[in-house]
Amino acid sequence: MVELTDKVIDPNAAVEAVASRNAGAVVLFLGVTREVTGDRVTESLDYECYPEMAERKLAELESEARRRWPLTGCHIIHRLGHLEIGEASVAVAVSSPHRGDAFAAGQWLIDTLKEVVPIWKKENWADGSTEWVHPGVES
Amino acid sequence: MIVRVKLFAAARQAVGAEQAEVELPAQATVGQLREALGRRHPDLERLLRHALFAVNAEYAQDATQLQATDEIACIPPVSGG
Repeated sequence: MVELTDKVIDPNAAVEAVASRNAGAVVLFLGVTREVTGDRVTESLDYECYPEMAERKLAELESEARRRWPLTGCHIIHRLGHLEIGEASVAVAVSSPHRGDAFAAGQWLIDTLKEVVPIWKKENWADGSTEWVHPGVES
Repeated sequence: MIVRVKLFAAARQAVGAEQAEVELPAQATVGQLREALGRRHPDLERLLRHALFAVNAEYAQDATQLQATDEIACIPPVSGG
């Protein structure tokens, strides 16, 4: 299941969503907003997305992960809107009979999400300036 | 034909609007749209060099042909997660 939400992410709910009697392994990844990037200090972040496409891409990632690994559960939640430091911006929870597949699927899901899903974050720096983050684009 | 392009993040900020309208020849491609958009909005050019385009919510190539009824979006490099 995939979800885009304006609400605080509940990691326990993500773990419960992938629970299965056939799961010997549950892996949870939380992406959390970080205060320091290089020598710059972040005050808060804002996330926005292209809703129709982001939801479709997340669903494609889930399908592909289920095709590649024998998963018993897969739940991806991405937060949108305004986030303070230390809040979870994304949760990826997967379960499988054995841990190797759960670790591999979880890593692939978060790595691929960051490459292809149309979601963007804006850094609200502590010095009052703001900046949309577009990797590879010189600012 | 006139196409409307959804804009996000720094692209929306550079244009100051949530979408841009561009006049293109019939059966124009994504590549032609990229060039026309840069001419119309010079502040977007730097981003456009790195941006992808989506047609009907799916990533498209520069050779993809456009229809006036397509839902088109400019997708600057993503930064979710």
